[in-house]
Amino acid sequence: MAKTWKEWEKPLIELDEAIAKIEALIATSPEDKQDELGVRLAEVKARRDRYIDVRYSRLGPWEKTLVARAERRPYTLDYVTALITEFTELDGDRRYGADHAIVGGPGFFNNRPVMVVGHQKGRNIQERQFRNFGMAKPEGYRKAIRLFDMACRFGMPIITFVDTPAADPGVESESRGISEAIAASTMKMFELEVPVVSVIIGEGGSGGAIGIAVGNRVLMQDHAIYSVIPPEGCAAILWRDPEKGPQAAAALRLTAESALELGLVDAIVPEPKGGAHRDPLQAIHAVRDAVKEHLDALTGLDGRTLREQRYAKFRAMGRFDGA
Amino acid sequence: MRTEGRGADGAFCQCLGCKKILLKSELDEALGVCPNCSHHHRLGAAKRIELTFDPGSFEEADTGLASSDPLGFPEYADKLSKARAKTGAGDSVVSGLAALGGRRVATAVADFDFMGGSMGSVAGEKIARTLERGVEHACPVVLFCTSGGARMQEGLLSLMQMAKTVAAVQRCRDHGIPTLGVFTDPTMAGVLASYASVVDVILAEPKALVGFAGARVSKQAGVSKVPDNFQTAEFCLEHGMVDRIVPRKEMRPTLTRLVKSLGGHLNG
Repeated sequence: MAKTWKEWEKPLIELDEAIAKIEALIATSPEDKQDELGVRLAEVKARRDRYIDVRYSRLGPWEKTLVARAERRPYTLDYVTALITEFTELDGDRRYGADHAIVGGPGFFNNRPVMVVGHQKGRNIQERQFRNFGMAKPEGYRKAIRLFDMACRFGMPIITFVDTPAADPGVESESRGISEAIAASTMKMFELEVPVVSVIIGEGGSGGAIGIAVGNRVLMQDHAIYSVIPPEGCAAILWRDPEKGPQAAAALRLTAESALELGLVDAIVPEPKGGAHRDPLQAIHAVRDAVKEHLDALTGLDGRTLREQRYAKFRAMGRFDGA
Repeated sequence: MRTEGRGADGAFCQCLGCKKILLKSELDEALGVCPNCSHHHRLGAAKRIELTFDPGSFEEADTGLASSDPLGFPEYADKLSKARAKTGAGDSVVSGLAALGGRRVATAVADFDFMGGSMGSVAGEKIARTLERGVEHACPVVLFCTSGGARMQEGLLSLMQMAKTVAAVQRCRDHGIPTLGVFTDPTMAGVLASYASVVDVILAEPKALVGFAGARVSKQAGVSKVPDNFQTAEFCLEHGMVDRIVPRKEMRPTLTRLVKSLGGHLNG
């Protein structure tokens, strides 16, 4: 069983590399070799497309977990760069320090002022360390609270992008009240009198996710995951064996399909064939269209209605017997 | 009292703190607090209710709610029936109305013996209803917490209980209803990171384990070298995350005073 996205996608990466090689060869080969190479290129491309068709047509929960964590998947700031004009990042929490695992600020979406808040991961070692692997400390949630509050006062709709393995579990975070920070941010979202659309774009990791995911509408990308606990953590607790991540992923039903079925998200945002990381721009445009559609639907509702709608939506979540 | 039975007739037990052999009746009389080392033994929900509220004042509500197994999670159905047999309760939270010093309160009390006090759909629903009951009856809300966190066996449904219970606390704020929480051993993870941390007043029992990431989770995340009192009620008090540490024998008078002062503006 593959443990990383790269391991899982190795055959595909090899096909991509073969295609790149042939393409390079075509560029430097004489006329008489062109036809032959062209045929080979078409063959390998067809093989790759078939591979994608077969492997991605029904990704299981563990494969989705790996794809959701792919470092070439678009992150919050990729969405911001592509979709938000005149964005100004605001860093301060006014309490303790700057957190780089949650980013946010005002800008324009579709020519309308909006406030954006999202988790941010890094792609290489330096970036990852700088972003603390997308695990926000209390400061991140307290910054989010500030930005939510500001948006509410200025009548700006809010878009949140959720992509975190979990909130930071370290000693520093405990010392500064990570639990309180998450709960307070969750609570702030219930007070907002502006439209809020949340999009799960990668890993919706437990409390760290819910702290910024209380939207009037919650959207989830097709290959994103949303879970009460990372599958490896669940396996460690239940079976004392983090290697049983795949079994836990299946048991937790952390896919978009399950979340929609349980009524916990409102819509699934389609991803390009092979996952968002294979065609980031197409993935970003699909998110743009979905956010626009849902924001438009919320436009014109008064603050009180938006608050009540959000309360009723989350209040109704749960499955049990009896009344 | 949750201690190991000892002796042929089960008249003795061993303190889980200092390991001293105690008479069960002696420990019982001391509200489950060791007379030797003050270790606060865990209490089941029924015992906690008996020790805290005006005698005979508790009226249980929400008794019809039962956890289903919405995900078909491995071994969940079995764990549920075992927990029901062990505690005699329907789930990890017992809720209802009670009185403190003659004043009505809405209350929910968690029981660690029911699947580690974990919060799934039923526990979340009972907490939310308790908070709404406070609004409905215009009375303060007292929540006794003990939980390993969200109930994994209900997956994302459990995570959403965090949002749901926080929303209900928010509703109390809107209606001027005081909310009081008591952290008992242990109060962790999804419960700590939701309603438990946003109530108006937070009390804790001495030495209760209180923290965001459980030991196994933080170990996986590579957390090492922690302070001696890490994730204890005392650590939380020192860092401003808890208002007071209250020994068990002072809990009832402390809560009674708070309900009286913070709920002074309410009728009843």
